[in-house]
Amino acid sequence: MFAKSPPAALRRLFDDVGTVDQVGIEERVAKYTTRSIKKTAKVWGLKKAVSMVDLTTLEGKDTPGKVASLCQKALQPHDESLAVPPVAAVCVYPAMVRHAKKHVADTAIKVASVATAFPSGQSPLKTRLAEVRAAVADGADEIDMVINRGAFLAGEFGVMQDEIAAVVEACGDSALKVILEVSELETYDNIRAASFLAMRVIREGDFIKTSTGKTSLNATLGNNQVMLEAIRDFYLDTGVAIGMKPAGGIRTAKQALQFLIAVKETLGDAWLTNERYRFGASSLLNDLVRQLEKERTGAYQAPYYFSEAAESY
Amino acid sequence: MPSLVEKKSSRTPARAGRPAPELIFGDLWEFDPAPETADPKLKARYDLFIDGKFVAPKAGKYFDSINPANEQKLAEIALAGRDDVDAAFAAAQKAFDTTWGRMPGRERAKYLYRIARLLQDRAREFAIAETLDGGKPIKEARDFDVPMAAAHFFYHAGWADKLEYVAPGRRVAPLGVVAQVIPWNFPLLMLAWKIAPALAMGNTVVLKPAETTSVTCLKLAEILQDAGLPPGVVNFVTGAGDVGAAVINHPTPAKVAFTGSTEVGKIIMRALAGTEKKMTMELGGKAANVVFDDAPLDQAVEGIVNGIFFNQGHVCCAGSRLLVHEPVAERVLAKLKNRIRVLRVGDPMDKNTDIGAINSKPQLEKITELVASGTKEGAEIFQPSCRLPSKGYYFRPTIFSGVTMSHRIAREEIFGPVLSILTFRTVEEAIEKANNTPYGLSAGVWTDKGSRILKMSVELKAGVVWANTYNKFDPTSPFGGYKESGFGREGGRQGLLDYAKLI
Amino acid sequence: MTRLPITKTPKPYVGGAFIRSESGRTFPIRDGAGNFFANIPQCTRKDLRNAVEAAAKAGPGWARRTAYNRGQILYRMAEMLESRSVEMVVAFNPAGEKAGTSAAREVRCAIDRLVYYAGWADKYEQVLGSVNPVASSHFNFTVTEPMGVVGVIAPDESPLLAFISLIAPVIVSGNTVVALASEKSPYPAILFGEMLATSDLPGGVVNILTGFRKELVPTFATHTHLRAISAAAAMGGDERKVLRLGGAESVKRVQFAAANGANAWFDEAAQSVYAIRDFLEFKTTWHPVGA
Repeated sequence: MFAKSPPAALRRLFDDVGTVDQVGIEERVAKYTTRSIKKTAKVWGLKKAVSMVDLTTLEGKDTPGKVASLCQKALQPHDESLAVPPVAAVCVYPAMVRHAKKHVADTAIKVASVATAFPSGQSPLKTRLAEVRAAVADGADEIDMVINRGAFLAGEFGVMQDEIAAVVEACGDSALKVILEVSELETYDNIRAASFLAMRVIREGDFIKTSTGKTSLNATLGNNQVMLEAIRDFYLDTGVAIGMKPAGGIRTAKQALQFLIAVKETLGDAWLTNERYRFGASSLLNDLVRQLEKERTGAYQAPYYFSEAAESY
Repeated sequence: MPSLVEKKSSRTPARAGRPAPELIFGDLWEFDPAPETADPKLKARYDLFIDGKFVAPKAGKYFDSINPANEQKLAEIALAGRDDVDAAFAAAQKAFDTTWGRMPGRERAKYLYRIARLLQDRAREFAIAETLDGGKPIKEARDFDVPMAAAHFFYHAGWADKLEYVAPGRRVAPLGVVAQVIPWNFPLLMLAWKIAPALAMGNTVVLKPAETTSVTCLKLAEILQDAGLPPGVVNFVTGAGDVGAAVINHPTPAKVAFTGSTEVGKIIMRALAGTEKKMTMELGGKAANVVFDDAPLDQAVEGIVNGIFFNQGHVCCAGSRLLVHEPVAERVLAKLKNRIRVLRVGDPMDKNTDIGAINSKPQLEKITELVASGTKEGAEIFQPSCRLPSKGYYFRPTIFSGVTMSHRIAREEIFGPVLSILTFRTVEEAIEKANNTPYGLSAGVWTDKGSRILKMSVELKAGVVWANTYNKFDPTSPFGGYKESGFGREGGRQGLLDYAKLI
Repeated sequence: MTRLPITKTPKPYVGGAFIRSESGRTFPIRDGAGNFFANIPQCTRKDLRNAVEAAAKAGPGWARRTAYNRGQILYRMAEMLESRSVEMVVAFNPAGEKAGTSAAREVRCAIDRLVYYAGWADKYEQVLGSVNPVASSHFNFTVTEPMGVVGVIAPDESPLLAFISLIAPVIVSGNTVVALASEKSPYPAILFGEMLATSDLPGGVVNILTGFRKELVPTFATHTHLRAISAAAAMGGDERKVLRLGGAESVKRVQFAAANGANAWFDEAAQSVYAIRDFLEFKTTWHPVGA
């Protein structure tokens, strides 16, 4: 009985995958913020960041019209002269998938959909799987699912992993991003452990993702780093390359560059691509473009020069 | 019944037939140079600072201060002679007798607060000067040396009028004139460590900075002037070892405080053997950084890197001996290699530089020689393939695995970016290896188990134990060594008492 | 016919045992009337070496005792001395210059001094140590630790009181001691050694040698396993220089007791928590505060 209580299960998992010291990792990521990225390196980083954005709208008030304008922004974030690449994907609720797909079909832009009773995940599994299948049927190239945090915190890792595995199956050829919802996992130890549990049941090319963006605390350099290190350790152990998606809270170009420096210094060049790294964000895109424009012209830019795509997330 | 068992258990072995996965740390995203460009406001020539004034050395001699990053001359520094040293001590004695020694503590405090504030005002300028003069990365000078120096003045300022709390049950009094000799690894910070507590207690000072790093010391003299510090309270005499010897051996000082190598420390102790002078010795180290298998490994690796590559390893408390628990030795080594592959070695003035220039040519030669001995004695070397600038004194971050306790690189202080890795099986073995050295300045321990941290902290014979962290400093935190790493403490209430006599 | 009393052979107390000098040499001491009293072993550098080894062996165990326990043991030493104080006063006879009331006063003061330091055992840490409010997310504290084996060189004056005044602050914190008794008046220290053997003090914590300062001071100075020296030595004298010079080779902590005047050891000022502090190392430990 006692041996199977949640703390014991978590303890065994920590023994297996290792723990994280909070102060230590926060000191590590603070060093990313002192990197000084200038000139061509800055432009390269900003454009790379644009290409990694999952341009997102996840509002109850979303309409096909709003999704259409989001897709337009995704395809061409700013006027052509700036030569900004398109973003990686648009990210919408399942009901909006078919609308988005219309606008980005035949482009490099993927349609991603949050499914599995986003953001809480509190629906029966079969309902969640049905939602995934519906989104895939409507043309979603990527599915962003939430994990069963309750199961994880209760130490029911098998339940959590079974559910992810079931979603993997429901995804078919679509890529999967597994949202850990780090704010509800609370500790870095838990984030690392949950990352490993997820990575062990997903496929090469799938992602792990920090947050839904619907809670108070979203992506930070700290939890991004914990997950990058988990991905690195998993890759070096198994050869399976998992992608990473911080989401929520990344609003400025400066922040995005810091996250990218973390990628460069932790996972290396092979992860500096939108096949392996994404930003779940909406207002970030405009700031990236704004900073690119500043680099081009040398003048600071007023925000109203840039079209608004969505509410911030 | 929900399953409580994890579906796929621990590490899937790397698939047979496929090459071992590796990370690529290449040049896909090269950073542009990000040089710090502000004006360090250096003078072409620096005189001695005696009795509140800049004065030319009586013999009229100067020597060049070299920027180790490019081997170019930075400034001319006065070479003090015996007469100049005499003048400095006379000024210090006079200031002790007539102004500083009689001043109420609350007034002394105000001068120290002023110094702290003026240093904060000019922090950027001082950081740049420190980097140009010593070769340390601007990032460290800016984020560590200068703010920490200001913090030391600020902390000790507040003590000046609270000295009755320093030694419960007794009253304290200043010693008089204090002679201080400091090293080149943290020129401004060591100066602050030395003079702030001495002044707070009411002593006056004659200080000699290291020959290769006198610039920020003499810039600080400008701040002392701006602060209105009474003449003679602090005097700076510059030059090489013979000037240091003249300062140490001068009859005036009641105390000698030295930071530097154990070798020189012993020379000073011998020189002062026939006197009644008090001493504080902050000497060398060969610290063990002990990593257990339950440690948070990535933070341990970060601590190892911070422990040995901070300030190019020119740190007396550097974690130069890594003791790793056998079950995780291979993983730690692999992680360490990947970590140091992204360290940026080069121009200290570049804001992205992690490892700057070695402070001087002789130091570079010493490091090179010891590293050669490591290879010769059979240890396995790893250095990342980073590019080094063509001019200046640089050395790649270096780690040696397969080191045993008898290797020179495991016993001698290298004072450079060179890590020796040893392994252990049991707690007892770790303790024994860690303590098997004449040094005892600092130690590190990494483990998730609280009681083991405390056990290790008790057993490690060192004045500072960093548990699950490394190379942390604070004005409130006493620093200093056991055994041949010296005696006396700097920082905190304990350090202050070393500048007082009990009455 | 009167009975011939049995005389005692004085022996140094090393490692909890009573030894003869390995040299086989002795020197005679006389009583107040100038009559032969006993032969005192003239210890050599090898005896000193053996005593250091005994002290080093006893060190870890002694340092690991709880502070409360060390306090009780020092108090027990005082009890032993009090209960045998008459015998100790008589032991001052061979010291020549001291007799009767002045010896009794010295013994009483020595007992009080032991009680004084016994009381410090579980308190000095609270006075000398600290928790330090560092400006980062770390818990930082400074505690004291004993240095290890400490050499004590006692003066000729106040041969019991000075001896106890020098060793008590050293051992109370967990150091162990190799002490050289007064050269001129070694007998009170020898008798004190016999009392220690029946106190609860573990063997090897206090080791008492007898002999000539001139022969032994240089070895005290250069023995690198002695981490510190506490010596009563004349200001400006050669001994101080010898101890400091020799000590420099191993960065030894050398402290000199400044006894000025005949009554110096009786003063309140001769006892202090700072005498304990002189033979302590400060250790500062950092640990992150996080979840």
